[in-house]
Amino acid sequence: MRTLKFLLRKEFLQIFRDHTMLRLMIIVPVVQLLVLSNAATFEVRQARTYVVDLDNSSASRGLVQRLVASGRFDVSARSSSMALANEALLSRDVSVILNVPADFERDLVRARQAPVQLVFNAEDGAGAAVLQSYAARIISGYAAELGQLRPTFTTLEGATAAPAVVAAPRIDLRTRGWYNPELRYYDYMVPGILVLLVTIVATSIAAMNVVREKEIGTLEQLNVTPVTKSQLIASKLLPFWIIALVDLTIGLGVAKLVFDIPMRGSLLLVFLAAVLYLLAALGIGLWISTVAETQQQAMFISFAINMVYLLMSGLFTPIQSMPTWAQWIAELSPVKHFIVIMRAVLVRGASIEAVQVPLIALAAYGAIVLTMAARQYSKTVG
Amino acid sequence: MNRPENVSGPAPPRELRLAQIQPAIEVRSLTRRFDDFTAVDAISFDVQAGEVFGFLGANGAGKTTAIRMLIGLLAPTSGEARVAGHDVRMEADRIRRRIGYMSQRFSLYEDLTARENIRLYAGIYGLSDAAIRERTETLLNRLRLDSHGDTLVRSLPLGWRQKLAFSVAMVHEPEIVFLDEPTGGVDPITRRQFWEMIYEAAQNGTTILVTTHYMDEAEYCDRVSIMVEGRIAALGTPAELKAEFGASTIEDVFVQLARPTAEIAAGMAAGSAGTPTSRTMPSG
Repeated sequence: MRTLKFLLRKEFLQIFRDHTMLRLMIIVPVVQLLVLSNAATFEVRQARTYVVDLDNSSASRGLVQRLVASGRFDVSARSSSMALANEALLSRDVSVILNVPADFERDLVRARQAPVQLVFNAEDGAGAAVLQSYAARIISGYAAELGQLRPTFTTLEGATAAPAVVAAPRIDLRTRGWYNPELRYYDYMVPGILVLLVTIVATSIAAMNVVREKEIGTLEQLNVTPVTKSQLIASKLLPFWIIALVDLTIGLGVAKLVFDIPMRGSLLLVFLAAVLYLLAALGIGLWISTVAETQQQAMFISFAINMVYLLMSGLFTPIQSMPTWAQWIAELSPVKHFIVIMRAVLVRGASIEAVQVPLIALAAYGAIVLTMAARQYSKTVG
Repeated sequence: MNRPENVSGPAPPRELRLAQIQPAIEVRSLTRRFDDFTAVDAISFDVQAGEVFGFLGANGAGKTTAIRMLIGLLAPTSGEARVAGHDVRMEADRIRRRIGYMSQRFSLYEDLTARENIRLYAGIYGLSDAAIRERTETLLNRLRLDSHGDTLVRSLPLGWRQKLAFSVAMVHEPEIVFLDEPTGGVDPITRRQFWEMIYEAAQNGTTILVTTHYMDEAEYCDRVSIMVEGRIAALGTPAELKAEFGASTIEDVFVQLARPTAEIAAGMAAGSAGTPTSRTMPSG
């Protein structure tokens, strides 16, 4: 224990003396959280819309007005020519065409249903899908409002195919998002981004720190002393464990104050999960340091690993939409489990019983990774 | 260059010690291969307690590899070695408590102060807080670093840093200390001071195994071995070696032994045999 005290004192002296690194570890994650949370959004606002209103009735004008009022669509051009509208879409002047056929209002009154058409430029598939779901909600809302309107619309991948009209299914779909009724994007993105940021601190910076000592030769000097492997590993991981927890605390503060993220569950539970999760993340960092000989190698390996974790964490794409093999890999990622816990506890107020499965997964993961990395770490070169 | 004044001449108690007990280092057919390259090829030698043993050789001759095996950083391929009576393979942890090591790479923490470096290593070796305080002041005082104890090591001149590194390697008063090219790149005055420190440690009974490129330094050693291509080509007191090879200096002995291979291994060894200060690649 005494030896560890001396080693830890040395680590903290070095960390606090390196102001650049300290800033990188404390301030950069906060800035990134602020920037990324605002930038990494699926929300679309003010999509440029071409309106071809061939009916020009009070019903059709009402529809256009509802779309604009939502803030999602902005009428940037209007004419009665679908050809001109297609041209605008192809030249990317607009991203959506709203086509209201003649007799829209008459059909509504007589047949109690009337088709409208929306054409999207789906080059940006995610963006088109988001717009489509906005439009669906607005149109069905308008239909309900009129009490009789049952409009349909079709989406075209790309703008070249001919527009088509599809008959409406006579189903009244009512959706309600539980726990996050407005589907506030911040509520699920901010906790996820926060997880990624503390992961990078724990994995990359811990790995780089050990490899740096390898490079300058001080690690060899320590290896000649009676310092044991576990003392050395503890002295390397504890400081970054603490710093990552500090980052998480600051990040949660920012999440609450800036993004007004709900914190319905126990913060203690969040920190318990973080403590376990960081063991896994630090274990990966330690493993990287045993493989890498230079800081560049360490940086590249941790970049590669973090990249996979990031994209397979379920943060940006739902895990349910991945192929089965990818879902298995995602299951093996501690990031995924921690994000699940963070969202469940913060947004839903989940209890410890509700998240015990991912919690156990994290603990097991941490124990396994740390053990493997420690076994691989050797004071002697074979 | 002669032996520094204050330590020249045979010190009787020391001669007595040399004859005593088991050797501090015993090496038998120690071998290390990297794939099909044999870096150290079945070397055998003893170093007596209290001896200053010079380990000479061109770059890449295998000196550093041999030392790394003796201090437990590198596993031997075959052969045996005992340091302070302990087997390097099985009892590396016991050896580590009893040895000091100064590598050819400067290995103090440059972002810590002299005092912090001393405290770290003294603490690691289990010295009490009082002993650490006392040792720190003594060391700084002896190095005339009193006023620079709180200066970052990075800002100290190279000579001071090297002397500090030696002091730190000696902070726990080890029985045996391994010095791998301790005087590389330092000026002649600092080198002389450095050797004074080495002799002082030897006077106090510490066994010293030192590698060097400077042939004048070889003359300071009680005995020297000259490694060529992983083997020990010559071993004895400086006087014995000069007599054996009919040379007037150790440098001549070294050149005779190293020249044939040095010319083959052109850029690598030739430079160091002729001009000891130039180092084209780290020695393996």
